[in-house]
Amino acid sequence: MTDAVPARFAPGDRVTVRQAHPPGHLRTPFYARGASGVIERLCGAFANPEELAFNRPGLPAQPLYRVRFRQADLWDDYAGPARDTIEIEIYQHWLEAAP
Amino acid sequence: MSIHHDHDHPHAPPPDADADLSYYQVLELAVTSLLTQKQVFSADEMRRQIEAMDARHPGLGGKLVARAWVDPAYKARALQDGSAAAREIGLEVGPLKLIVVENTPDVHNLVVCTLCSCYPRMLLGLPPDWYKSRAYRSRAVREPRAVLREFGTEIPEEIEVRVHDSTADMRYLVLPRRPAGTDGWSEDRLAALATRDSMVGVAVAGAGQS
Repeated sequence: MTDAVPARFAPGDRVTVRQAHPPGHLRTPFYARGASGVIERLCGAFANPEELAFNRPGLPAQPLYRVRFRQADLWDDYAGPARDTIEIEIYQHWLEAAP
Repeated sequence: MSIHHDHDHPHAPPPDADADLSYYQVLELAVTSLLTQKQVFSADEMRRQIEAMDARHPGLGGKLVARAWVDPAYKARALQDGSAAAREIGLEVGPLKLIVVENTPDVHNLVVCTLCSCYPRMLLGLPPDWYKSRAYRSRAVREPRAVLREFGTEIPEEIEVRVHDSTADMRYLVLPRRPAGTDGWSEDRLAALATRDSMVGVAVAGAGQS
């Protein structure tokens, strides 16, 4: 896609999901907001679903990443071992560089 | 008791399984009839699409898994680009963006879509009802090991459970571990071991086989 926002993050980068609650059609699960994880891969750039849902073009396309989180960082009472993880697809405009 | 329904006491006929239509079912019917009346597509075109989608089945994903089991170079390509690997062996996947995730001695993968019911339908057919249930969608991310146990799948603590939430544009297929004792098997025979549940990650391949 030519009309795409440049990718800001690379695999291995630490990122934090924005703690935001705008109305509308969102593909960022509530349970991941505010959490920090690591970029696993860049999946490509895709039209923004928050715009597509309202029949708008969703351009420029947003880079989409798979972000890996430690389960223990998402759930205070996670019952499994510390090595357990979860990977979630998150668009770049929901991510900030983590310290 | 006779298989014929000829006993002499009166009773009401059993109720139909159909429930009243929900708001969204009524909405769907209304939109469908508008689209066909406006000739955006015909009823027959819609029927054919449904028939084609219903004809898809986990055997398609099983072919990809079996090829990956017997051909390490193919497996590497499948892990790099799942959609291209599917097309390479003649599987029609349309616009599907497939990510293949490999179970190893250290990692067990489990797929869920918490936001709706995203599923690699082109390779597995329609998702089972439990995959779409709120219980599975909410619990698979929060207590995956408890969910796996209910499916009869015990993952040892020293193996990482890695959940994949298909929240956006990608779809996921688990490449299960090849069962022991299958050296020299044909791809067709291997493909039968790659069950639907093993490719979603709620089971291991060949589970229940002796």
